[in-house]
Amino acid sequence: MSDDAVVADHDVLIVGGGGAGLRAAIAIAETEPGLDLAVVSKVYPMRSHTVSAEGGAAAAIAEGDTLDEHAYDTVSGSDWLGDQDAIEAFVQEAPRELLQLEHWGCPWSRQPDGRVAVRAFGGMKRMRTWFAADKTGFHMLHSLFQTSLKYSAMKRYDEWFVTRLLVDDGRVHGVVAVELASGRIRAITARAVVLATGGCGKVFPFTTNANINTGDGMALAYRAGAPMKDMEFVQYHPTGLPFTGILITEATRAEGGWLLNKDGYRYLQDYDLGTPTPEPTLRSMELGPRDRLSQAFVHEAEKGRTLDSEWGPIVHLDLRHLGEKLIDTKLPFVRELCLKYERIDPVTELIPVRPVVHYMMGGVHTDIDGAAPLAGLYAAGETACVSINGANRLGSNSLPECLVFGARAGRAAASYASSAGPVPAAVAAQASDEVRRLERLLGTPPGAESVATIRTEMQTTMEDAAGIYRTGPDMAAGVDQLRDLQERSTRVGIWDTSHSFNTELVAALELANMLDVAECMLASGLRREESRGAHQRTDFRARDDSRFLTHHLVGRDPDGSPRVSELPVTITRWPPGERVYGR
Amino acid sequence: MASTITLSVTRWRPDRSMPPGPQEYEVPLRKEWTVLDGLNHIKNEIDQTLAFRWSCRMGICGSCGMNVNGEPRLTCGAFLSDYAPGPIRVEPLANFPIARDLIVDMSDFMEKLPRVKPWVIRDDDVTEIDGEYLQTPEELDAYKQFSMCINCMLCYAACPVYGLDPDFVGPAAIALAERYDLDSRDHGARERLDVLIEHEGVWGCTFVGECTRVCPKHVDPAGAIQRYKLKAAQQTVKAFLLPRAMR
Repeated sequence: MSDDAVVADHDVLIVGGGGAGLRAAIAIAETEPGLDLAVVSKVYPMRSHTVSAEGGAAAAIAEGDTLDEHAYDTVSGSDWLGDQDAIEAFVQEAPRELLQLEHWGCPWSRQPDGRVAVRAFGGMKRMRTWFAADKTGFHMLHSLFQTSLKYSAMKRYDEWFVTRLLVDDGRVHGVVAVELASGRIRAITARAVVLATGGCGKVFPFTTNANINTGDGMALAYRAGAPMKDMEFVQYHPTGLPFTGILITEATRAEGGWLLNKDGYRYLQDYDLGTPTPEPTLRSMELGPRDRLSQAFVHEAEKGRTLDSEWGPIVHLDLRHLGEKLIDTKLPFVRELCLKYERIDPVTELIPVRPVVHYMMGGVHTDIDGAAPLAGLYAAGETACVSINGANRLGSNSLPECLVFGARAGRAAASYASSAGPVPAAVAAQASDEVRRLERLLGTPPGAESVATIRTEMQTTMEDAAGIYRTGPDMAAGVDQLRDLQERSTRVGIWDTSHSFNTELVAALELANMLDVAECMLASGLRREESRGAHQRTDFRARDDSRFLTHHLVGRDPDGSPRVSELPVTITRWPPGERVYGR
Repeated sequence: MASTITLSVTRWRPDRSMPPGPQEYEVPLRKEWTVLDGLNHIKNEIDQTLAFRWSCRMGICGSCGMNVNGEPRLTCGAFLSDYAPGPIRVEPLANFPIARDLIVDMSDFMEKLPRVKPWVIRDDDVTEIDGEYLQTPEELDAYKQFSMCINCMLCYAACPVYGLDPDFVGPAAIALAERYDLDSRDHGARERLDVLIEHEGVWGCTFVGECTRVCPKHVDPAGAIQRYKLKAAQQTVKAFLLPRAMR
């Protein structure tokens, strides 16, 4: 490989600088300080979407809590699709990870005696969610980022966009990336690559996710031959603000908030979620799991018991009885967001909310150490699917997941990199191919399509095909529409001719990533002829363990089409049972 | 209310010889739209070549800071209707080199931030973690406000000193140093003071207070700088009076 093509060679390259990526980086810097480590991210690390997480991070540490109870809540929350060996490792390592973050300065909210405070959360039968008011993700991310600055040998490629994984002879050897400021396209080679690029909520029109959540890592792995897992499971969070989709944290309900229909009635009692009590009851009513609450909203709308808004049906989240002091102490960001974006004050007014796409349970298939079935490739965080979340993630499990499996993936990648050989010369040709491909994208072919148009059509397609309730025919229609959009996307024009911060080019590459991810979702969803967790089909209403107590892997055929296969779920101690909430 | 409003947006490409200049776009004036929504409307419907940074659109990621009618603002929190009837001037953050259109080069801050050692420094060498460091709610409150900085760079854009003296460490970095100094779990105040006592550290600040005024998260960097100057002054006095070991 000629020197001008390679910008640098590292032992481990981490793609993504959010919670999982930075935790992986610090784990490597601490355990294998001799390794050459780099983090590449399309944004400055502290802009990563971890920053938007609000409610908290779960770990069984409070008196009276046990690891087994955290595991059982997670298993039942996952509708038995989570792998129980992974869940057991997760609940066991989560307490240490949160304590580690405490030692790194995370400003966890405290009890009067100075110990870390915990709060309730949906689907959890104990109070075990650590929190930093309602900016938990923000504080975790900045604590991790600032701590990472200690390791001055760690190389960062801030605002570099990765476009391709370099693979030769079944091994990953690095990436090709665009430096956004200059437009330079370079290969960054490495013995091991950790993908930690977050989720893919922007596949949908209405999401809590940030602009950057375009499934980049998933698409990179998919195209490189690593399978996706459980991509049909998309989490709708029950409480987003109607126009913006801004998240109103589940902590509002953990602190005692109520969900009310247009008659002021706590409608969740009609959906097998328990009976209303003035004080919150764990694993009951407003503290049920997110899939069930979002589904209840749809039924309530069908009954005509929601309110109409400019943005579709809404219900109300009532915090008024919590009082100003509690809201300002424990939910200050919620008040700030409501005042700014809805011009209402939750201390005295009802918050309009509706379900909103929030989280991807599926992702790059990995084992319990974050290893994908492609040598040298690792993934962690929302990008990955280990799986601890199965068919439905519990609130406050994703932040500790980033820490536990970020650290695990980092250590595993470091260990692999220590023994892997040098980068083969063959990847130089791949890098040159990629440079040519990217250069060809610039410009406007005859009849050019715009990124924004195709993106909007993709989002509408996915909302229609893969909403809270799905049917086979809707998903099949979505598959056809996506195929058409894939074809049209080959004629996307790039009107921007500048090399510096060509955000239109980045948007086109992100669109290509999202189209691949969207195809995986529908392919998996069509195959799953049952209702489980966040995948609810009106043509197959029941869970069917005899046929579908199994993960779905999606591989990419040579012609680009998705191919679905099955992988057994690991059951260790909790045989499949009924999910019981509120009774 | 008029149905549209004009955004006068700075355009600039580093590969063209033309200096930065405004370009006008008319966007729908909707009550729930922010300046960022207006920019996205331009990018999606009018002119794909406009470049700007944004991500969370909820005021927490710190990406979308720009000068709006001359004031540093997070554009995701600046509503079009508050500027009606317009036009609204949207410019890159002041005091930074422009990289492209509304995007500034903030690498200077990224280089300075590690210098103030914004991480927990301990006297003891804890290797095994068997519990949390205790910290009462009052001890948390002592530094909490300084931990709210989102690195959005609005304070640098507002700071007249940073504009004149690029060596000045600047408001956000000093506020973060103070955040760790005030954290009951940290023992690194002396190390940070050694950095900030230098000319480019805290002394550049002339107490204009613009940083605190524009901070979208009420961090009060000006207060942090003032506290540092006091600490530095005390240290200087001690340096005259006491042998090093006793300072």
